[in-house]
Amino acid sequence: MAVARAAVRRMARITAGVTTSHVPAIGAALDAGKSRDAYWNPVFSGYDFSKRWIEAARPDVVILIYNDHATAFSLDVIPTFAIGCAENFNPADEGWGPRPVPVVRGHPQFASHIAQAVIQQDFDLTIVNRMDVDHGLTVPLSLLFGQPAAWPCRVVPLAVNVVQYPPPSGQRCYALGKAIRRAVESFDADLKVQIWGTGGMSHQLQGPRAGLINRDFDLAFMDRLVEDPELQARMPHIDYIREAGSEGIELVMWLVMRGALDAKVKEIHRFYHVPASNTAVGHLILENPRTAAPDRSQS
Amino acid sequence: MALDKPYTNVPGTIVFDAEQARLGYHLNMFCMSLLKAANRERFRASERAYLDEWPMSEEQKQAVIARDYNRMIALGGNIYFLAKIFATDGRSFQYAAALMTGMSQEAYARMMLDGGRPIEGNRYCDDADGGGAGRGEADG
Repeated sequence: MAVARAAVRRMARITAGVTTSHVPAIGAALDAGKSRDAYWNPVFSGYDFSKRWIEAARPDVVILIYNDHATAFSLDVIPTFAIGCAENFNPADEGWGPRPVPVVRGHPQFASHIAQAVIQQDFDLTIVNRMDVDHGLTVPLSLLFGQPAAWPCRVVPLAVNVVQYPPPSGQRCYALGKAIRRAVESFDADLKVQIWGTGGMSHQLQGPRAGLINRDFDLAFMDRLVEDPELQARMPHIDYIREAGSEGIELVMWLVMRGALDAKVKEIHRFYHVPASNTAVGHLILENPRTAAPDRSQS
Repeated sequence: MALDKPYTNVPGTIVFDAEQARLGYHLNMFCMSLLKAANRERFRASERAYLDEWPMSEEQKQAVIARDYNRMIALGGNIYFLAKIFATDGRSFQYAAALMTGMSQEAYARMMLDGGRPIEGNRYCDDADGGGAGRGEADG
């Protein structure tokens, strides 16, 4: 590595991480113009700060960790980790018709670079050159960017299987984040990259235990994710299922985001609210202190 | 050597693991077909005829016709696939969740506004206080 030249070399860098729940009803409420009614206003208000923050932060690309909900992937093919390398990703018809949101623009060159560099670090990603994206990906975009005519940045979708048990372990997700970071920093272009981890928080959508919410678990999870992610990464799947609900296991995706950030991060924003339909909504903004500030990124 | 499945001791919960996925493959793939608007039309026109095009068990087909989501899950259905059925019916996740808990949608929505189903008593099938989600309630 040409360390001496690093100061002048153009390099992509991860400036910040965002986590958020991706409840489909949130998208439906926004699309139907209900975001400021009595039920939904407390949810959307938690993102007012975030909208202003991202307007100033202006990422070029978001690597968006999410899960497909039996939309692009059926039971025919179930990739544990799949990276989208297409030019565009269309909002999917999930049975209610596609959401009226802009087409998601990918970044084929950057995504393909990430794929190659991550596979060379022993993560066997599945490369996807054509897929539709469901609420797991579009609801987080709506929460951060509102309702623009076009999304203001490129997106690299990275889908994690959390539908058929077992999802990848917390350790594996956290290590993937670290591999993604190294891959980003080996891309020779001056790109400001954010990484988002979505899904969660506590919720269960199936069976007689549906409606489970565990506020204490959720808040402790956010604390550990920020302060001691190595410890959080060691939590076994059964603890998520038992404590945060069968669908709460989506939270392992937040660990991918965390692994791609510095060991010490600055917590810029935290939001927690119950309920959005069946789910506890959690949202964090974390910055890498060394790369987030625009003035320092110029050096 | 058998797989370790600690999640079988979580009340009111069936984890969609390898065994369930094998059991429910055709049921879930039938659900997947409902992502196409034309298939939703054909299913609505004659549910029985449409279901008979799929190599599902009679029990699975009856559970679909009865919209018995807990039964469908026991027979290998996964909630994200089964969602295509209630989407076809114009119903929401909250409607389906209420149905599976045996509560009215109004009572379920109220429980969520009040902070959701509590974790206390809902961790283990043999929790002393039983909680509100014992397996037995599904049949009640």
